[in-house]
Amino acid sequence: MPKRLNPLHVYRFLPQTNCGKCGEKSCMAFASRLIEREVPVEKCTPLFEDPKYAKKREELLKLIRPPVKEVKFGVPPNEIKIGGKDVVYRHEWTWRFQTPIMIDLHDEMSEDELKKRIDFVNNFAYIRIGKELRLDGIAIRCVSGVPEKFAKIVSKVMEMTDKPFIICSYDPNILEEALIVARDRKPLIYAVNEKNWKEVANLSVKYNCPVVISAPGNPEMLKSLVKTLKDGFNIDDIVLDPGTYANASIIDTISLFSALRYAAIEGEDEFLGYPLLGVPAVVWLDKEKSAEEKAYLESILASSLMARYADLLIMHSIDVWSILPVIIWRDCVYTDPRVPPSVKPGLYEIGKPDEKSPLLVTGNFALTYYLVKDDVEKAKLNAWLIVIDTEGTSVQSAVAGKKFTSDKIAEAIEEYKLVEKVKHKTVILPGYAARLSGELEDMLKDWRVFVGPRDSSDIKKFIDKVWIPEVFGSKSE
Amino acid sequence: MEERRKKALKDILNMISESEEIELTDVIIDADELTISFVPPQAPQMPGYFKLSLEPLTGAGKVEFLVEASPYGVRLLSIPTAPTPEKPKIVELIKVKFEFPTLPFTGKIAEVTIGATKSEGGTRSHTIKIGGSASMPFFLFAETPPNPMAASLDVFDMPAAPRPVKDVYGDAINDPAEWARVAVQKFGANLISFHLISTDPGIKDTPVSEAVKAVENVLQAVKVPLIIGGSGNPEKDTKLFTKLAEVTSGERVVFNSVTLDMDIEKTVKPIKEHGHDLIALAFIDINQAKDLCRKSMEAGLPKNRLILDPTTGALGYGIEYSFSIMERIRLSALLGEEVLQVPMCSASSNAWAAREARSKDPALGPRKIRGPLWEASTAIIALLAGTDLFMMLHPKAMHTVRMFAEALRKARKPLSEIRYENWVSSKF
Repeated sequence: MPKRLNPLHVYRFLPQTNCGKCGEKSCMAFASRLIEREVPVEKCTPLFEDPKYAKKREELLKLIRPPVKEVKFGVPPNEIKIGGKDVVYRHEWTWRFQTPIMIDLHDEMSEDELKKRIDFVNNFAYIRIGKELRLDGIAIRCVSGVPEKFAKIVSKVMEMTDKPFIICSYDPNILEEALIVARDRKPLIYAVNEKNWKEVANLSVKYNCPVVISAPGNPEMLKSLVKTLKDGFNIDDIVLDPGTYANASIIDTISLFSALRYAAIEGEDEFLGYPLLGVPAVVWLDKEKSAEEKAYLESILASSLMARYADLLIMHSIDVWSILPVIIWRDCVYTDPRVPPSVKPGLYEIGKPDEKSPLLVTGNFALTYYLVKDDVEKAKLNAWLIVIDTEGTSVQSAVAGKKFTSDKIAEAIEEYKLVEKVKHKTVILPGYAARLSGELEDMLKDWRVFVGPRDSSDIKKFIDKVWIPEVFGSKSE
Repeated sequence: MEERRKKALKDILNMISESEEIELTDVIIDADELTISFVPPQAPQMPGYFKLSLEPLTGAGKVEFLVEASPYGVRLLSIPTAPTPEKPKIVELIKVKFEFPTLPFTGKIAEVTIGATKSEGGTRSHTIKIGGSASMPFFLFAETPPNPMAASLDVFDMPAAPRPVKDVYGDAINDPAEWARVAVQKFGANLISFHLISTDPGIKDTPVSEAVKAVENVLQAVKVPLIIGGSGNPEKDTKLFTKLAEVTSGERVVFNSVTLDMDIEKTVKPIKEHGHDLIALAFIDINQAKDLCRKSMEAGLPKNRLILDPTTGALGYGIEYSFSIMERIRLSALLGEEVLQVPMCSASSNAWAAREARSKDPALGPRKIRGPLWEASTAIIALLAGTDLFMMLHPKAMHTVRMFAEALRKARKPLSEIRYENWVSSKF
């Protein structure tokens, strides 16, 4: 279970001047929001700027440090924050800092291929509930083994995108060549391992960049390397790569990630309390499967690791269909489980509806509502929309769960006085509520009940077909 | 003297112009300004690079610049800050032990058997056993669960299915028995979920007698175990299940489903008497799930004949609520909540309600792969939260779940013994 802090404990380490620079009225108010992880501690600027608070700051940072450390890479405004987890199960509180998805490329790809991949990362956008879902950055791999060649590609990537990136090689010389070029962009270094730890740890210190520790399939080595970097080099900006295995070993990968996260949070193991890196791109090492099959399996592996504790992912596929489930799943699993995804039930006006405008009904699951609203707006229709209280569930499950019923619809039509608002006395049900139509017709007597499409994107087509001016009255009347 | 110096400099410059790369060491340049001229590469998109290292005589350490040169000009790509000394503080790796976490679980999920062979009083070719875990899913460091998860293929009693599913079944979709046969013979299903959706009074209100015939046809057509789904109408389903339980007596069918608004006692009685299993369907609510399981058990159904369906929302359409409710149910069961110690199931075919699964928009990629991936992703999320049984529409999605099940069936090797291929420097 999550360890919750007391605001009083936190308050002790704040300036206690109630200066208001953080936007809160008092230091106590800031403390309360801080323990809820609702504000970043950096908002208390005096604490970070005034040297007299240095000791308090140190203590406070130690106190509020989550069991999985927050690690940053890249530079503002495109800086990425990963980790920062307080709980194993999201229902216990919430998961913070969405897992970034980094797309890989390497230094032996053709110019065209590089451009295609970087453009894809820059331009991918999927709009969902008014939010833009985007990819986060690039993982640059050294395949050539030539330091200068790698550095060249790194600087090329820097020119083509402002997004953060990871530089990937186990060779310290190659990494250093890239760091000379890229240090100002604060890349994540991949990776320290059993063999190169001294040199790569030094690079992390010298160039002040966070570093991944890689020990595939060997949690003991992983933990030993963390301790060595912490104690020997004072490095604390660490990401862990426990190894991602494909095929039948997917389940062992999931098991290992679960064990590490469990040990960090429930076991309070300070040497494992760092973000985890998953590499679904390993699926592409397979020489036999088709590209489509690999993109399919990579997507499944990525969604699995998204659910099972990966705080950062490196993927290879740039097929929209393969990325889409992962990026949507990320958006879902990182929502706050304490907030119901619902809108207020009621009568909504879309555009400027009048007595001849269609009357639609839907449920109050936020996603359902926004989809219907967007689609009606896109179709440039004016419409009345009754939103029934389905306790934040979709129409389909609300019909099955008896939360979207004829009774509720009939009551709403009465309550919102729709007889006065529309003359046509016609109500359009969502397609998934088709089985209510008979019952509702009996209840509403002189009303017509239409069964609309299942998907609101078909509303326009549906209205164009059924909304005949002769029946519903035209504007010229 | 001046002449000799000029000549030496000229020689050096000649040397530079003839070579690709030069390195000057132990050279002291005493100058206020140093100009390096060069011929830029011809192709503007491929600028030339060279590294410039300067080391002050004070011994403060070398600083390096990368210089980029193109026909458009020259720029320094990195401005060095004061270099940090490169002295490793330690020389030996500090070794620490890692132990896999011990878990507080005391409970165990009941095992449910689906189907009955001839020797068990039925006519099925095999049985399927699910459940039995004593830990969270894929906590393989704690246990390898005794039974891997199972996945059925859906068959409906009317030709209702999304386009990509219709495409793989072709005409078979018009006849439930044929649909089931193709699912088993062509797509390797080892379990069929037959949904009598047309019996819904709101759809076709197909009478019980016709539904019985349809079920008998499917039982004839395939020898795999069967899940039978009703209409979703509480009164109709009690009637339907009562009759079907009798005619399929001994086959250990799974009836799908009982809900809180049904007459639970009346529904459970024939299912129990004829030796069948039952799915209890709750709607993303742990208290409802508990209540329903308790009532079903109180009506006489033993724990090893009950399966809980907490409802699966499609990916993007509420799946996170299903995911968290399933995790809560499973955790609660493992921590000792007896009524929840039953296997869980998921109608992952709900995934097809998602616009992203069905959309014809070519920008989202081909529907024939996007659709099954959506269903498979939805199922895998439910699987990671503890689901034991899946009802699925698309054969490809069903096989993805089976891939996880097959992996569980294989003997475990520690990861340290599996070769880890170097993905970093591989060309793909």
